[in-house]
Amino acid sequence: MGNYIPATENEKKEMLRAIGIDSIDTLFGQIPEEMIIKDGLKLPEGMSETQINKKMTAMAEKNQVFKSIFRGAGAYQHYIPSIVKSITAKEAFLTAYTPYQAEVSQGILQTIFEYQTMMCELTGLDDSNASVYDGATAAAEAIAMCKMRKKNKALVSATVNPGVIDTITTYCHGNGMEVVVIPEKNGETDIELMEKELDDGVACLYLQQPNYFGIIEAAEEIGQRVHAANGKLIMGVNPIAMAILKTPAECQADIAVGEGQPLGIPLGFGGPYLGFMTCKADMTRKLPGRIVGETTDLEGKQAFVLTLQAREQHIRREKASSNICSNQALCAMTAAVYLSAVGPKGLKEVANQSMSKAAYLKTRLAEIGYDTVYDKPFFNEFVTADKGKAEEIMGVLVENGILGGLPLTGEHTGQILWCCTEVNSKDEIDALIQILKEV
Amino acid sequence: MSLIFEKSIQERGLTIFEACDVPIIELPVAQSRKIDLHLPELSENDISRHYTQLEKKTHGVNDGFYPLGSCTMKYNPRINEEIAGLSGFTNIHPLQPETTVQGCLEVLKTAENCLCEITGMDAVSLQPAAGAHGEFAGLMLIKAYHENRGDLKRTKIIVPDSAHGTNPASATMAGFEVISITSLADGCVDLEKLKAVVGEDTAGLMLTNPNTVGLFDKNILEITKIVHQAGGLNYYDGANLNAIMGIVRPGDMGFDVIHVNLHKTFSTPHGGGGPGSGPVGCKSQLAAFLPGLMVTGEEFFAFFKPEKTIGNMKNFYGNFLVVVKALTYMLTLGKSGIPEASRHAVLNANYMMAKLADCYDMAYEEHCMHEFVMSLSQLKKETGISAMDIAKGLLDNDIHPPTMYFPLIVEEALMVEPTETESKEVLDHAISILKRLFTQSHENAEALHQAPIKTAVRRLDELNAARNPKLRYLF
Repeated sequence: MGNYIPATENEKKEMLRAIGIDSIDTLFGQIPEEMIIKDGLKLPEGMSETQINKKMTAMAEKNQVFKSIFRGAGAYQHYIPSIVKSITAKEAFLTAYTPYQAEVSQGILQTIFEYQTMMCELTGLDDSNASVYDGATAAAEAIAMCKMRKKNKALVSATVNPGVIDTITTYCHGNGMEVVVIPEKNGETDIELMEKELDDGVACLYLQQPNYFGIIEAAEEIGQRVHAANGKLIMGVNPIAMAILKTPAECQADIAVGEGQPLGIPLGFGGPYLGFMTCKADMTRKLPGRIVGETTDLEGKQAFVLTLQAREQHIRREKASSNICSNQALCAMTAAVYLSAVGPKGLKEVANQSMSKAAYLKTRLAEIGYDTVYDKPFFNEFVTADKGKAEEIMGVLVENGILGGLPLTGEHTGQILWCCTEVNSKDEIDALIQILKEV
Repeated sequence: MSLIFEKSIQERGLTIFEACDVPIIELPVAQSRKIDLHLPELSENDISRHYTQLEKKTHGVNDGFYPLGSCTMKYNPRINEEIAGLSGFTNIHPLQPETTVQGCLEVLKTAENCLCEITGMDAVSLQPAAGAHGEFAGLMLIKAYHENRGDLKRTKIIVPDSAHGTNPASATMAGFEVISITSLADGCVDLEKLKAVVGEDTAGLMLTNPNTVGLFDKNILEITKIVHQAGGLNYYDGANLNAIMGIVRPGDMGFDVIHVNLHKTFSTPHGGGGPGSGPVGCKSQLAAFLPGLMVTGEEFFAFFKPEKTIGNMKNFYGNFLVVVKALTYMLTLGKSGIPEASRHAVLNANYMMAKLADCYDMAYEEHCMHEFVMSLSQLKKETGISAMDIAKGLLDNDIHPPTMYFPLIVEEALMVEPTETESKEVLDHAISILKRLFTQSHENAEALHQAPIKTAVRRLDELNAARNPKLRYLF
């Protein structure tokens, strides 16, 4: 019923006449008759705007929006300033394609150039690309950047988000790299076991900072050992933590990547998110995807353009550094607007409040018997024991409009991964504790 | 125009966050950041004006005609945005219990069903985040299928030279060797060449149909049969699906695996380069290998992991909010509206082609599907005006140029895809501009070499950008 076709019957006839035919069907004459769909698609008839609005709103209302969230594990609820939403809804930004035609795309190109600068600032590294799909694909692409003829082994710490390890494994099955998962020891990368894997074949080590359990890893020491074996250090970092935590540059990382979702992007049931990638200058030409550079026009005026395209699929085809074409441009702009809105002080505030509130929650949980599993420095996530009642407490919390920490699985069954951000108030945390006390 | 960093004034800023209401903890010095962090310090008004100025230097679908071939720049309906912005979708954590995300799972399941029906596939995974990502997933399915049968010698993927650049790049990422075969002049597959390269090492063939010259390959059943008989699988690049929705299905053409671009055919906006969404679909014999989590159920929905899954393509379930937009679109159009969109996409392309054929040489004279390719090779010989010059001339007329220099098999190519959402007067206006530029090529070529002159910047020094890369602002 609904459609977005402006042509009237009369116009349709005029157009057919201009083509010299009587019916649109003639245009499909190249298609062998036996393949043409006979009775139409087995789909319901279309809808008016009011009908579709009701139908989709009803679906949205079947989901529970929690008033308090204490769950992270790769997706974080932070406050999104109003200005972020209003700017990223601007129609030209929303509806433009990849900025191939630079003369009419200076707006988009400049926003990407500014985004690239901000990602370099956050991580301390030299160059950034224009984004990839999410933090997990950024990790996988970073590992592929390190592949060399005689270096085909990627070490990945077991303290990395399991969804990221899974994605890395998929990509490496494609490009033929061997993935070796370095076991954890008390919630951290087991450096001694890592040392045993460090041979000439090691291309890189991928480390998450803070790690999946929220713990701040000994990134510098790990990096030194990986470098001693001529491998590259890739760090996957939380961009909010970058305001206060030692940067990948300070840890001597070669590549830094991460999930940019915390920078103004809604939870959105897992996407679209933002994969950011920065690296030292000696690896820039191995970066996947779009990169914007500054140049001049023929009158000498400052201008921006997609550059270093010799790496990319539309030029290099099977020899490209990656197949990526569409990226997450609008999410990259979202991150740039977010960072502009909060500024350097605001980002530190978000980081410090997230960390402080997590520390407060941890103390309160310990008071009521949810013992902390690892006594290590952490950022805004930490693990406690579940007292054998993860399922029960999660049920009660859901009834109270609270999304509790994430019950862990596998070797960590019986533990809960908790998270706080600046949006969790003291009252919210106290209310959570009160409910838990009664379970 | 100044960069946002150049507008920054120390101490300026917004008041967003309330004071911390718990004791403040600081990181130990050994673990804290020592280097400076330069981020803009601006008022909200400064930020708003900065981006408003930048928006004015950006051409979107809403600014005017955007006939960028193979990119399907149709109108992006606003109801889709409104629905994807509902709190019941945006404020949902991806790791919530299943009972609390039944609406999200219903969205995924309904979208999977619609896409299966439109493509003729048996199962679809919505996890891939873009077209190229879907291609990579599809090729990994093909790889897993052969490996699972113990058929390890199938290491080659056949790709016609008319294919999109992502095809060979995706095949390489999946660890295949790419066998490129030359196409016929009309972009169709050369059956003899195909027969000559298929064999026991063939993992599969990648094809888009209609092809990149805009024609439906009428030998398609024979092509897919040749590959099947050699033991390979057929991959359909869904970039050109807008021509055939509800009319013919890739699944009925002999294809085993497909990706579709929700940000092309299914009206979700391109966002200046993304986010897109590139669901991957397949026939039942490959369904066990699909990536990510799939949804099952009719009343109560639940996730399940395909038995022999190739694993995660990314974290979580794909670009979910993009899927919400595409589903809103599919349900709005429905059974009749979907084929009607394709019929009008094809009508619009043929109308433009017919009206332009007296000036411009067409890569192929037959009726086209949803797009057509002009070759300016003769014009260039006669006047020195290239495809690039015409493209730049269009910019001065507020029209986004067609795709330039693609497909590679056509010299001085301009690939035009008007889409169904453009009205006859928009097409007539673009036709008159293109004709005027053609005349100008003969009468005043120099002026066209200078184009564009009305845009925010003139032609760029791209060589310098690549030779002396300046990829960030230095403080």
